[in-house]
Amino acid sequence: MQRLLLLSFFPVLLTLWLAAGSCSHEERISYNDSIRPIFNEKCIACHGGVKQSGGFGLVFREDALGETSSGKFAIVPGRPAKSEIVVRIKHDNPELRMPLEHAPLTVEETELIETWIRQGAEWEEHWAYLPVKEVEVPTSTTVGIQHPIDAFVRARLQKEKLAPAPRAQKRDLLRRLSFDLTGLPPSQKMMLSFLEDDRPEAYEEAVDALLQSPAFGEHWASKWLDLARYADSRGYERDPNRTIWPWRDWVIRAYNEDMPYDEFTLQQLAGDLLPEATPDQYLATAFHRNTLSNDEGGTSNEEYRNITIMDRVATSWEVWLGTSMACVQCHGHPYDPLRHEEYYRSYAFFNQSTDHDHVSEAPNLIAFFPAEEEKVRKLEDWVREHENKEAQTQVQNWVKRLRMREPRLRPETFTEVVGGIFTDRGDEDFLFVHNDNSFRLEGQLLDDIAAIHLSYRAMSKGLSLRITLDALDGPLLLETALSSRKWPFGTQQLKIPPTAGKHDLYFQFSGVENKKIAGIYGVHFQEKLPGEGQAGYAEVEAYIQELLEAKDSVRVPVMVDRPAEQARTTRIFTAGNWLVPADTVEPGVAPVFPPMAEHNRPLNRLDFARWITAPENPLTARVAVNRYWAALFGQGIVTTLEDFGSQGGLPSHPELLDWLAGQFSGELGWSTKQLLRLMVTSETYQQSSTTSPALLAADPYNELLARGPRKRLSAEEVRDQILAVSGLLSDKMYGPGVMPPQPDGLWDGVVYSGMKWITSEGEDRYRRGIYTYLRRSVPHPFLTTFDGPNREVCLSRRTNTNTPLQALMTLNDPVVVEAANALARDLMTTETSYPELITAAHQRVLFQAPAVADATALLRLYNESLVYYHTSPTEAEELVGSTNAELAALTVVVNALFNLDEFISKA
Amino acid sequence: MKINEEAHYRNAQLNSRRLFLRNGALALGGAALAGLSGCSSSTGSTEGTVPESMRQAMRYAPRAKRVIYLHMAGAPSQLELFDYKPKLEELHGKDCPASLLAGKRFAFIQGTPLMLGPQANFAQHGQSGAWVSDLLPHFSKVVDEVAFLKAVHTDEFNHAPAQLLMHTGSPRVGRPAFGSWVTYGLGSVNDNLPGFIVLASGGQLPSGGKKLWGSGFLPSIHQGVQCRSEGDPILYLGDPKGISRDLRGRSIAAINEINQRQYEEVGDPETLTRIRQYEMAFKMQVSVPEVMDISKEPDYIHALYGSQPGGSGFANDCLLARRLVESGVRFVQLYNWGWDDHGTNKGASLNHGLRDRCRRIDRPMTALLTDLKQRGMLEDTLVVWGGEFGRTPMQENRGGVTMPFYGRDHHGAAYTMWMAGGGVRPGITYGETDEIGFYGVKDRMHVHDVQATMLKLLGFDHERLTYSFQGRNFRLTDVAGEVVDGLVL
Repeated sequence: MQRLLLLSFFPVLLTLWLAAGSCSHEERISYNDSIRPIFNEKCIACHGGVKQSGGFGLVFREDALGETSSGKFAIVPGRPAKSEIVVRIKHDNPELRMPLEHAPLTVEETELIETWIRQGAEWEEHWAYLPVKEVEVPTSTTVGIQHPIDAFVRARLQKEKLAPAPRAQKRDLLRRLSFDLTGLPPSQKMMLSFLEDDRPEAYEEAVDALLQSPAFGEHWASKWLDLARYADSRGYERDPNRTIWPWRDWVIRAYNEDMPYDEFTLQQLAGDLLPEATPDQYLATAFHRNTLSNDEGGTSNEEYRNITIMDRVATSWEVWLGTSMACVQCHGHPYDPLRHEEYYRSYAFFNQSTDHDHVSEAPNLIAFFPAEEEKVRKLEDWVREHENKEAQTQVQNWVKRLRMREPRLRPETFTEVVGGIFTDRGDEDFLFVHNDNSFRLEGQLLDDIAAIHLSYRAMSKGLSLRITLDALDGPLLLETALSSRKWPFGTQQLKIPPTAGKHDLYFQFSGVENKKIAGIYGVHFQEKLPGEGQAGYAEVEAYIQELLEAKDSVRVPVMVDRPAEQARTTRIFTAGNWLVPADTVEPGVAPVFPPMAEHNRPLNRLDFARWITAPENPLTARVAVNRYWAALFGQGIVTTLEDFGSQGGLPSHPELLDWLAGQFSGELGWSTKQLLRLMVTSETYQQSSTTSPALLAADPYNELLARGPRKRLSAEEVRDQILAVSGLLSDKMYGPGVMPPQPDGLWDGVVYSGMKWITSEGEDRYRRGIYTYLRRSVPHPFLTTFDGPNREVCLSRRTNTNTPLQALMTLNDPVVVEAANALARDLMTTETSYPELITAAHQRVLFQAPAVADATALLRLYNESLVYYHTSPTEAEELVGSTNAELAALTVVVNALFNLDEFISKA
Repeated sequence: MKINEEAHYRNAQLNSRRLFLRNGALALGGAALAGLSGCSSSTGSTEGTVPESMRQAMRYAPRAKRVIYLHMAGAPSQLELFDYKPKLEELHGKDCPASLLAGKRFAFIQGTPLMLGPQANFAQHGQSGAWVSDLLPHFSKVVDEVAFLKAVHTDEFNHAPAQLLMHTGSPRVGRPAFGSWVTYGLGSVNDNLPGFIVLASGGQLPSGGKKLWGSGFLPSIHQGVQCRSEGDPILYLGDPKGISRDLRGRSIAAINEINQRQYEEVGDPETLTRIRQYEMAFKMQVSVPEVMDISKEPDYIHALYGSQPGGSGFANDCLLARRLVESGVRFVQLYNWGWDDHGTNKGASLNHGLRDRCRRIDRPMTALLTDLKQRGMLEDTLVVWGGEFGRTPMQENRGGVTMPFYGRDHHGAAYTMWMAGGGVRPGITYGETDEIGFYGVKDRMHVHDVQATMLKLLGFDHERLTYSFQGRNFRLTDVAGEVVDGLVL
């Protein structure tokens, strides 16, 4: 026994000695290195942010040092013997010893805690919440390390006594680079010239060429779309169409133009709030209109509006800040220093958005046909020229009015409703009125108002409206017929006579039928167009009506905040339940983070976005560079791309992460292309991915980067590559989602939906995967089979699986067979003899001639196929549309090439 | 364990299990596939092995080894089928008391609706004396095999969210389906068939759509695979036109031979897995159509189920469910659409549409229990029946207008489900509702309680069957769920 004790003490002494670096016990113990891991593993489940058993919690220092329920203090800095935590972890009685019902802490762990308390129980913030460190690039004695990334990586490898892999073969390297930067294989031409070019700068030139390729934006946008949960449908039951592809195109353009990441962030989170926002900046905010909406009959729109806001909070924090906020919806964060109310302070930023799960998806940004666009432009110019006060603000108001139909007063603000039924449900979110029903709009200042824009759904002929002032039988402001053609929904301009002062307005409806005659959606007050009486006024003034009536070109849901007088109050939801609101909260961020710049007005989304992109934010740049790193190297420096909190992974190369983050937000000016260029020009990136059992055992997940990355292609890459190498891929960019062939009947089962998959014609059959129409309930099988998400929630990482369903798809999908046939046909126009044909096919698909053994296997398959098609010409006919047995046999061979591991991987 | 490590670990596990075949050597050809002929009852061979990582979640001796879940999408009325309320008959046509409506949220009811008496005749059946209406004459004869859950309740009153709650434990999208959790926990038995198969009848998918069998954050290998009655039962299962099975075999042989060399050169274990997946794909091309082909079933079986070879529908799906579990599929999920009887039209009414639909399910679901029993499989096959919620004791009056036919609105506060086999105590009724069937008054069971109990029948502690994702451990029952031991034999 004695011996055993001694033995178990020995490592403790050793550890302490090592930790101290000398024999002194008073060397400081680091909370993050030594104490936090113990607390997180052994204590925090019961003493964390959710449960504080015995009134003791370890997430915040002030809680940990406070008085516990027993009246004792768990941690008394400097006095381990007085600290209840020490008493309890060392207690003899198993009913009192902590952790309860679990193995006791080791002697070593106990010692560490005691020493740490004796030294003052100093807290350290979790590494990711500390400022990004200014890091010096390690200087190395090894000759030839020129690239800073290599200096960091090699320093670590040296420590681990591992040698980096040699440079990848040129063919592998260019193929890898091309997929990583553009999501496509290189062209044959590019490969040939790269293989022939022995100049040292050839690689960097290839990098620059690929960064300049329009395919670059398409590739990086598809990754962003996973985070943004982009889809062409709204989700839930009927899963109807949503027109939001112009935003997807915005993302592609932003990547291709190398929009700086801070700008990219600001525009998407708060483009609508930027001064003098352009239509493109409004469009950018559709990022957060990718949330699901629920039109199922009977669903509460306010409930789903709240769910939408929660999704926006969780998504914003995950995408930009790598923080899992969803926990904090219901209670304090179990592990990280985020209290319950912090969630709702973030919620408050998003809670002012006008959208509310309405079937119209309002507010929408309207892009008109060119003739109408011209009118908008002229009207804007007119306002700019003729407006005396704050012309720019006024122009903005007109843009909002005409392009977004905002702001509107909606039925929840109507008072003295007589007879009308406001349902707030599913697709019936209107105030439905019968004959003679009425409502009141309180206290409207009419001095500058020229017209009322009424948004409604007409449900009867002979509709008319009376508006009276200050009482239902008060002075008549307006009596007018309403168009009965507003179905499902439209806006009509009702001009009113000049009226001074503030008034209550009473709206009273009548129709000829004894049923619901109209559904009222909203009322907008239109100011006078300036410059009355000047030449050209009448023409421009008429545009207003014309634009309200115009057939839209495209409507895209965007973010527009409610005006101050309609601002929503944000409350904490008890246990995350929106039906149980508690205290009111103001927008803001947790004290663990750098403070937000204060203003004299309520903080809004733009402040939140600016706080995210501020240089002192410790998370934004780290999270971003880590995502880019993961895209290239297969996994992040922090493996949990979505969680930089204390339960996430620790960085494998913390100094490199901080150096990259510093470069990105500093010298590189948030340029994505420059950052990627920096990464791919490192020797680390250019290593061969070939591995040995020994290296695999030493570093199974390649965390140390002693070899290059090797991984299966993404769903989009699998599809695009087959089309690219067979020559079928269209390079047409942008526009509405397309419908390449998919098995019949996939959409048939979606309830209450008449939507049809109408297979695209011409080059639209062969567009890149990013343009395939994505319906959330039934995404195209190529996406789901190869681990693509259905884009219902933000997704930071796709898991790569390896299933027989993937094999079935690349073997049997008619599109794959069509591509194989196309390539076979093309090859046969240039080559005639079969060994050369097979070499040529291999060359086209994999950029090199087959190894001898592989050539033999392929040739055997070719010959077997040839025999088969010679004897069964009808089968050849079925496969390739002619009895040409050589063509059919070559098609079978190409189909096999499309299934090679080497083909569907990048190495 | 950190997520990434865990994912790697799981992958490694999968790989090592798949790689019991010799590395790279090809096992192609017309290998006879054990347990696929349909008639060879092979309960012994369908046990499989529980993955090592699941040992600590598996705290009980499993009573059920597989599940067949019959979901009536749209939510059938418990008040016309199982929950007999004579008092409601007395109140028929009277105004609903305001006290019942106060503070309640309904999908469509507005103003003051009328009470609606049962639209079917009830009687007690079997030794157990269970109440079943005359809409289910066949099922009435097997009630002694069944445990009725009379006071199930849910938080949701719209179809898609309620179905998601029922099948993923959360009304929001993104969580793994019940069947995914089960294959994740129990592993696969038959490498030639997916472990979680979905069959849908009634002409439409349930409102919740395919996300009801999505694998959420679990590896997508656990995703439910929908087998279709038209076209390929599994997408891309059929060889392309003009490529024979023999040629397909030869081309897979060539692919795998080259892939094997690739592995030897590069050393990526994923390549080995890929070789195995191509072998499995080749075998599935035979095994799936074979198990889906009911034409070889004897006539008396077709007579029992009312199934029709070459046809489609709930009867065929029930027979297929038996064939699938017999072949080692862990979780067979049937959806039958159309039970949303609001009374808005004849087809969606209690006095017409409901009767037709009951006729279509009564014989087959009864046959499923009978057939499983005669094969000795009922004792370890859990069969569950239910909707996503129940229906109101009041007649629906959307927009304040009485509907043209008898119908009821969505009702989450109390509804009936039943379970049979797989260790469920037969011939009992658990739970009781008030005299009009509005609230449960005794032994209520939340959806999460139903899930927790089902997991216990499968051997799992529902609090331990977890998966770490985005910084927290997720489970099917979210943060709730109590096992009802009274239901377990």
